[in-house]
Amino acid sequence: MFRLEKIWNWLNRRLQIGGTIQEAAAHPVPRKSASWWYVFGSAALTIFMLQVFTGIMLALIYVPSAAEAWNSLQYLNHVVALGWFLRAVHGWGSNFMVAVVLIHMCQVVLFGAYKFPRELTWLLGVFLLLMTLAMAFTGQVMRFDQDAYWGLGIGASIAGRVPFVGKQVVRMLLGGPIIAGDTLSRFFAFHVFVIPGLLIGFISLHLLLVLKLGINEWPMPGRIVRRSTYLEQYRELTHKTGIPFVPQAIWKDMFFSAAIIGSIMVCAALFGPFGPSGYPDPTIIQTVPKPDFFFQWLYAMLALLPPQIETPLLLVGPVVVIGFLILLPFFSGEGEKSWKRRPIAVVTLSLLAVALGILTHMADYSPWSPVMNGWSGDPVPPEYLNGRSPLERQGSLVFQVKQCRNCHSIGGSGGKRGPALDRVATRMTHDQLVRQVVQGGGNMPAYGKNLSPAEVTALVSFLETLHPENELPARDAAQAVVTRKEQNPAATHGR
Amino acid sequence: MSDPPVTPEERGDRAEVSRRDLFAKIGLLVNGLAVAILATPVVGYLLSPILRGDRGQYKRWISLGELDEFPEGQTRLAKFENPVTGVSDGDTDHIPCWVRRIQGEQFQVFAINCAHLGCPVRWFAQSKLFMCPCHGGVYYQDGSRASGPPPRGLFQYEYRIEGGRLQIKAGQLPTLSTTASLNRRRSECSG
Repeated sequence: MFRLEKIWNWLNRRLQIGGTIQEAAAHPVPRKSASWWYVFGSAALTIFMLQVFTGIMLALIYVPSAAEAWNSLQYLNHVVALGWFLRAVHGWGSNFMVAVVLIHMCQVVLFGAYKFPRELTWLLGVFLLLMTLAMAFTGQVMRFDQDAYWGLGIGASIAGRVPFVGKQVVRMLLGGPIIAGDTLSRFFAFHVFVIPGLLIGFISLHLLLVLKLGINEWPMPGRIVRRSTYLEQYRELTHKTGIPFVPQAIWKDMFFSAAIIGSIMVCAALFGPFGPSGYPDPTIIQTVPKPDFFFQWLYAMLALLPPQIETPLLLVGPVVVIGFLILLPFFSGEGEKSWKRRPIAVVTLSLLAVALGILTHMADYSPWSPVMNGWSGDPVPPEYLNGRSPLERQGSLVFQVKQCRNCHSIGGSGGKRGPALDRVATRMTHDQLVRQVVQGGGNMPAYGKNLSPAEVTALVSFLETLHPENELPARDAAQAVVTRKEQNPAATHGR
Repeated sequence: MSDPPVTPEERGDRAEVSRRDLFAKIGLLVNGLAVAILATPVVGYLLSPILRGDRGQYKRWISLGELDEFPEGQTRLAKFENPVTGVSDGDTDHIPCWVRRIQGEQFQVFAINCAHLGCPVRWFAQSKLFMCPCHGGVYYQDGSRASGPPPRGLFQYEYRIEGGRLQIKAGQLPTLSTTASLNRRRSECSG
């Protein structure tokens, strides 16, 4: 111990940083801020350090080349001792990092921590969020499997919607006219050098500001932030009744960070690494590309937006959202901090959380995508064929063979793009069914050119049988009257 | 009014400070110049994805195979090598496309990429539709949009028939602001 102290003294006599460190560590924080609600920032920093460390570990083996990347991941997964575990920790660490950063941000909003004088801290935080997401996206590309390849195609297609300079933006994104070796190389440079470098810089500034301005105090309803009085009030909270950060507050951060690292390792050990999925050969088109968890809401939104507003929303939406986040502390820099007196903040956050949650959940079963093997996978349930006429059975064959089932489910299996057809006869009359099949509409292709009249007749006669036994099929009341009139003109006068 | 007399020391000091000042400024200028000179090639290097590409190899016609490989009235998957390759492309140079032979020498060659967001569309011969697995875009056999989110029909490659072989011009990922064939406009002008 004595020797260690001597070494430290020798170093400190030259570095002269002991005092600064001590001052920083023991800086006073408001008593109530030493709370379990204030642990997310430090947890994000801990995960970032974990990511840097595991990232360097992976770089010992990983080959950032479109020709080798996928193989080097297989090698990591199956040959290198514990390579799978480091990949898993890095992958799960990424998910945890996005989650913790988002929670940290929600807490900051709910506690009004972005208000005066911490506007710049918030601003840096917004950039840190964007860079965390950029790391998650570029990290997905590092995996260079089929999902990564087609994910890049999606990115390029979005970039291609930029007016006037779309072509140039696509080229800069891909590093050339198509997705190829140069694409992976540039994403590697961003994932490993550019963005982490920026992250380290911005995190340092973010932390420096936390030290300079002090951690946000626990918001009390009625304690109003004013530019003229706040600093004095805060000084009172820290210097009169405050406690030193080390050791009185830091232990919660340490416990939580340890718990997070532990959770990441448990997830990594239990669920293993992410992919890689299929080999990145574009000619293997039997693939259903899907983004990673934290981009699934976007994937869902892209399917659900009406086509007319898709491009404007894709281009203007991010500008509006990021602009709002940047401007937030400038139009709401004073006033109440407590969530109990800020219903708009609470409602906005809740709505956002619910919306993103629902979109993410929908991406799980993606009802908008045709089930590519729906038509060949499952047979028509036997009870739908019992006692049917030959024509109706022929119709069920047409139904299968023409891939109707890729979009329509029957007996609980098939696509969800169109409505389930188990009770379609109760909703549509014979004529309506024919028209829908032949002309399409309502987001259904027209099959008029692709089905012979005989096939349409058979198909529709099968569809007309699709109703519960105790429920009559839909009929056109007017038509019944007209046909009866034609058959027997005198009979209509009877009613 | 006349200035108070200045001692030589004062004058000398001032002169020295302003001399250093001047050198500091020149130093800044020299460094700025060096950075600017360095920046020019760096910017050129960074912009190389935009600046290079439309020349040379991309003008080449790429063969998709003999005409007999594409029966009339059918749509088949064809594969080709991207005309320009990098050192680390691996198999990303293998590009698929859908070839529809309408009849005789009338063809349509579709890019694999959905016009919505670039996912690979699949052909269903029975219902004569292209379907996209990502967001449910559907196209008719002639590539026109049938349903779903795509804002337009499938992208097409320029093609020609030369010596009994079907050839296309390729080389670019088609998006709403890029074509599947790289120098399409130029060849349209000349042809």
